[in-house]
Amino acid sequence: MSNGLMNGKRGLIMGLANDKSIAWGIARACREAGAELAFSYQGDVVKKRVLPLAEQLGSDLVLPCDVGDDASIDALFEALEAKWGKLDFLVHAIGYSDKAQLRGRYAETTRDNFRVTMDISVYSFTAVANRAARLMTDGGSIVTMTYYGAERVMPHYNVMGVAKAALEASVRYLAEDFGKDGIRVNAISAGPIKTLAASGIGDFRYILKWNELNSPLRRTVSIDDVGKSALYLLSDLGSGVTGETHHVDAGYHVVGMKAVDAPDIDATAGRKEE
Amino acid sequence: MSDVADRVKKIVVEHLGVEEDKVTDSASFIDDLGADSLDTVELVMAFEEEFGIEIPDDAAEGIQTFGDAVKFISDAA
Repeated sequence: MSNGLMNGKRGLIMGLANDKSIAWGIARACREAGAELAFSYQGDVVKKRVLPLAEQLGSDLVLPCDVGDDASIDALFEALEAKWGKLDFLVHAIGYSDKAQLRGRYAETTRDNFRVTMDISVYSFTAVANRAARLMTDGGSIVTMTYYGAERVMPHYNVMGVAKAALEASVRYLAEDFGKDGIRVNAISAGPIKTLAASGIGDFRYILKWNELNSPLRRTVSIDDVGKSALYLLSDLGSGVTGETHHVDAGYHVVGMKAVDAPDIDATAGRKEE
Repeated sequence: MSDVADRVKKIVVEHLGVEEDKVTDSASFIDDLGADSLDTVELVMAFEEEFGIEIPDDAAEGIQTFGDAVKFISDAA
């Protein structure tokens, strides 16, 4: 896909953890299209994984950022400004919740976990988008990641679903704020993908299987599927699109009922204990 | 050595970049094989993928050594 769609464009990728990350699928697609990339990470454990991946994509701009801390976010964007002067695109693929509350009832969510989930999964997007927009002096494109659990109730998704609903609303408000400056803001609602983050969600294998059997395309999506759609939103191909939540989920979001040809599957399959 | 043990060992050696003879039944991923907090999650994901099983969190927390992993997977697969 070295079509030069992103030639001359510079972007920051936030939320890359390893080669299973959705951020990796997006970064790779952007790089193949000619973009120059920077990455942010939190903590040495993640840094160790991001450095070699960044290098694979020709990037040595790998910077620390704790999105829970405004000073840390400021430092990241100051470093980017010093290095690049301006920015063309931003990918935010960050979320957090206590995984003990990503199973069972939403009703049991604690105030502390609600607060931290909203802070890291929702406010962080507004905080980084606002700083990124200041560097997007020739317009730009910003993308964050969401999930259908924002719109419909999904087992175990709980407080993350509430947070993603708020994130999708943030996308619409930011689209309005930045639109006058030629900066577009969109979300990709990806179908379930087995990432490090997904490992915190209960019965994930069952969720994947259900999506595979019941989505119109009869498959799940890959990080490359998401990467290609992100490329459309981040490049000039998406020039007329903003404020949108774009589903990259093999069509699952249009389905209202189990497919006739889908077998019943045992939710407890593979669970030996519990 | 069982087929399961061979396949688990291969994953551990590749993921952690350790010598094969260090991967003994009692070898702790964190204490003996140098795994960090994400390695343990990534190893569990790799086992799940290799063997087509789901390893729930409470079970994953009990998998501290190579021997624990082989035993859990042999029972589950």
